[in-house]
Amino acid sequence: MNDITQMLMQSTTKILKDVCTKELVNESEQGIWAAKLWCTLADSGMITVGVPEELGGNGCSYLDAFSILRLAGKYSAPVPLAETFLGNWLLADLGEQVFDEPITVAYPGSENGVYLQKQEDGWVISGKANFVPWARFAKRMIMLGRTDSEDVLVLISPEQGRIEHGKNLAGEARDNVIFEDRLVKECRVIPVDAKTVVNKLLYSGAVARIVMMAGALERLLELCATYVTERTQFGKPLHRFQAVQHQLALLAGESAAASTAADYAVQAFQNGFLSQEIAMSKIKINEAVGAASPMAHQIHGAIGFTYEHTLHQTTRRLWSWRDEFGTETEWSEKLAEEYMENGRDGLWPFLTRS
Amino acid sequence: MKSLQLPVVELSEEIRKVRREIREFIFQELEKGTIQPRCDSWLSGYSAEFSRMLGERGWIGMTWPKRYGGHERSSIERYVVIEELLAAGAPVSAHWIADRQTGPLLLKFGTEHQKEFFLPQIAKGECFFAIGLSEPNAGSDLAAVSSRAVKVEGGWVLNGSKTWTSGAHHAHYMITLCRTSPMNPEKRHEGMSQLLVDLAAPGVTIRPIELMTGEHHFNEVFFDNVFIPDEMVVGQIGNGWKQGMAELAYERSGPERFLSTFPLLEELLRALREKGDKRLIAQVSPMLSRLWTLRQMSIGIANMLEQGVTPDLVAALVKDMGTKFEQQVAEVARLLVACSPSITSSSQFDKFMAESILHSPGFTLRGGTTEILRGIVAKGVIGQ
Repeated sequence: MNDITQMLMQSTTKILKDVCTKELVNESEQGIWAAKLWCTLADSGMITVGVPEELGGNGCSYLDAFSILRLAGKYSAPVPLAETFLGNWLLADLGEQVFDEPITVAYPGSENGVYLQKQEDGWVISGKANFVPWARFAKRMIMLGRTDSEDVLVLISPEQGRIEHGKNLAGEARDNVIFEDRLVKECRVIPVDAKTVVNKLLYSGAVARIVMMAGALERLLELCATYVTERTQFGKPLHRFQAVQHQLALLAGESAAASTAADYAVQAFQNGFLSQEIAMSKIKINEAVGAASPMAHQIHGAIGFTYEHTLHQTTRRLWSWRDEFGTETEWSEKLAEEYMENGRDGLWPFLTRS
Repeated sequence: MKSLQLPVVELSEEIRKVRREIREFIFQELEKGTIQPRCDSWLSGYSAEFSRMLGERGWIGMTWPKRYGGHERSSIERYVVIEELLAAGAPVSAHWIADRQTGPLLLKFGTEHQKEFFLPQIAKGECFFAIGLSEPNAGSDLAAVSSRAVKVEGGWVLNGSKTWTSGAHHAHYMITLCRTSPMNPEKRHEGMSQLLVDLAAPGVTIRPIELMTGEHHFNEVFFDNVFIPDEMVVGQIGNGWKQGMAELAYERSGPERFLSTFPLLEELLRALREKGDKRLIAQVSPMLSRLWTLRQMSIGIANMLEQGVTPDLVAALVKDMGTKFEQQVAEVARLLVACSPSITSSSQFDKFMAESILHSPGFTLRGGTTEILRGIVAKGVIGQ
């Protein structure tokens, strides 16, 4: 890790510890926009990371961006930081100017066929984007669509459509945005190769969720380690019980494995979206979530199951994020396809890429 | 909390070259039929001839100084060589302990004479070692060892016994942990020493303990007034426990902790790919993901060991998760390809399956049981 990354990590940690409190996370679940958190991150230049300076970015690398996201995941930051990164990277790829306002991206495949017709003074849009993260708070939304002749990327304000509020397991805004044959004057429509965009979104989205989950799993372990030292039963602290030690060790294993898998997913992303490694990382981390979250709750007993405690802020996010940008089943199929294609020399050469 | 963070290691072109060389060599030997692949080959694949061939080509003692017969290669280069050997199921058990543990131990604590005498022979693949730790009344509770050496003129006289000693019937020497002062129940870890025992010396008796397959890999070793000359003491008298513990990160984090059943996994994927059944391959994908993650963790630890850091906590984690993984391979494979597991089968798949199932109970016992490892991890995590 270089000095700039280290500095970014330190200042992000400080911001999140100061601003991203338990109360702030709870408030955001009630539908209140975490304006202070967003503004502080924006003022510190955390929003346009991973974008070259000539396109309005701050010039830092993908690695920096993913390091920030890992911390955002660790502290349950209730803002569309990942979505803004993904959106800006997509725009930067297309040579478009990036934004330092909240952006969101409709998941590939969730657009339900958004259809656009060119008019003299704009576009008539029909269709629906489902489960769009933070749509009600985003200034811009990116979604895929189709015109009569080609696939397009649409950059639009979500307010141009009808927004139906929704939320995921963690209470994070996941809204439907519906366009009912409406003439929209202000929107940018860019012809694209849909497959390329879908792939880029899928890989960058998966790695974003991967690092966020790795951060959150690190947090789970910290919460558990603290709890078992502070809580006493039968006259001794919980960590003195072998049954508890074993749960804690298994949890540490999942957390450490997730951390390594996340590091290598970032490396694979930087080396040109190597889908094999990203697939394996997402499968491993999704699996880690399924194992670690129930253990963390078991360790915390009934107290961790209450709204009062902060444990659920992390576990509910983990349960939500693992299903976004591909489940284990979906990535397992992708990995199987890769193996069918590249596994003619056997499994070992495939795994070691040599 | 101790850190669980591991470095990201990128394998260079130089490393790729090392991999191609060892892979080509193994391929040729398999073609010639000089070696038979098997699961758990680092415990049960014995071939003194193959070890000698590896030594001749510079693949034993790779990281050691040249003046002791080593080759001054990096830990990552060594890593690549041993993982290729294990993945192929090559017979490496003869020199495994000497290369992995005895060499590094002697380099760290050995006398000049010991290094000059033993290391070149080990690196040539001609001198094999066993480790004498467990005793009939000291299993997971290793500090209970009671084998006892008493000072006499010019050396020590050893009495007692060791058990579960892998490969003692093939090995030339054994690094033996024993008491050199009477046990103090308050400070059980003190007063222990490591002695280099010549297994051909008078008073040493080796008796086989057969595995449940009937195979002979384990032994009981008895010492009846065995004389150990002073120059065969490793490190300091009384410092045996600490010296022994320092080896554990090497012992616990290596690829042999998750590749013991890899030959079966390789056969499984080959069979499924031939069938062209993507749906079944997808069912193995989670296993590949676990294996990939474990391997990256293990490489990260090898890199840290090279920098002189001993990440014992993460090493214990890799062993715990890795050995569980080794056991799962057979459980997954048997549900995807119907087979009739048998040690004597002429079908590679059936044979690997039998070896994987019948050897699997040992994976989570040897080198620190799962229960012991989890205790170590938990203590590390809460920082106590």
